[in-house]
Amino acid sequence: MMKGSDSHADQPSAPSGDRILDQFFPEARAKLIDLAAILDRIDRYGGAEDYRLRAFHRAMEEVSRPGGADRARRVLECFSDPTTKPADKPVTPVATGAWAGERKR
Amino acid sequence: MRYIEPHGHMVSRTTDDYLAMVTAGCRAVCEPAFWAGFDRKSADGFYDYFCQLTDYEPKRAARFGLPHYSWLCLNPKESEDLELAEDVLALIPEFLERPNVLGIGEIGLNKNTRNEITVLERHVDLAASRGELILVHTPHLEDKLKGTRLILDVLDADRRIDPGRVIIDHVEEHTAPLVLDRGYWAGITLYPESKCTPSRAVDMLEMYGRERMWLNCACDWGVSDPLAVPKTALEMRRRGLSEDAIEGVLFHNPARFLQQCARFAIP
Ligand SMILES: [Zn+2]
Repeated sequence: MMKGSDSHADQPSAPSGDRILDQFFPEARAKLIDLAAILDRIDRYGGAEDYRLRAFHRAMEEVSRPGGADRARRVLECFSDPTTKPADKPVTPVATGAWAGERKR
Repeated sequence: MRYIEPHGHMVSRTTDDYLAMVTAGCRAVCEPAFWAGFDRKSADGFYDYFCQLTDYEPKRAARFGLPHYSWLCLNPKESEDLELAEDVLALIPEFLERPNVLGIGEIGLNKNTRNEITVLERHVDLAASRGELILVHTPHLEDKLKGTRLILDVLDADRRIDPGRVIIDHVEEHTAPLVLDRGYWAGITLYPESKCTPSRAVDMLEMYGRERMWLNCACDWGVSDPLAVPKTALEMRRRGLSEDAIEGVLFHNPARFLQQCARFAIP
């Protein structure tokens, strides 16, 4: 249940930045801590370094960059294949979530 | 609250799901042809599947008073085999006459290959030559942006295609504007593990407008929720949308798109 300065726990009031913060802060906080724990886990198991993590760190920079209210789009673009030519054959058998770069052609 | 589920793979769901959907206010369900989870070995496998989509599944839904519609195609995941694709494409016209068929779908791309594009063009040609509606699947994850651009290029290249009769599904924040700016309809898929949450779906309605958007659950054999659409109404209320506006998106929008097919009756 939402907690905040106004009495909007039962009835939706007009949307505002403060109200959105009230509603989503717990979720955002939990997701950020989970994210940190995942990166810690990778480190504790000896670390890893590949195109997925590189895209991930670029995306984190986009999350931190203010302005435009278009962070979700920018994050999605960090993981996306930016090329325009169709592939001759499937480059990777399944999507991994991040573009692997020009390879395995 | 009434809603239409415009994209659910009911063949992979239990009968209990039909009961739950009807109880939640579902007035019609639409089922695009999709990948079975394994590659089918021959066109005969597709023949049986099209019978299931146009005969058996509508009967299962009818037990709950729920109108069931379907879309037909060979899905992009099985489009690498051009010979099989031709065999399946030859089967489709006879099924297009069946009373619950809405058009061609879900066609599109998966790994953005030349063969997939060839098969996509063949489906678009079939739809255009018969005046059928089109439902398009866009690739997942890193392939979505490029795939969406390639799909839009194929559709735009065919002068017979009216963008108002095509819906591009599984849009996200980086592809929704591309689709809407060119006049196509956009579908937002609510899927727990990938694609989009209810909050992001409502964000997109706020950012890109509600005029040519629908929401769907795309429930299938994966971790998915057949009630994702009615559950999203809660988030819409929190953002201050009226009951009329909610029903506008969840019921009237899909009805407005689908009634362009003469075989669709507003439930
Ligand atoms: Zn689907």
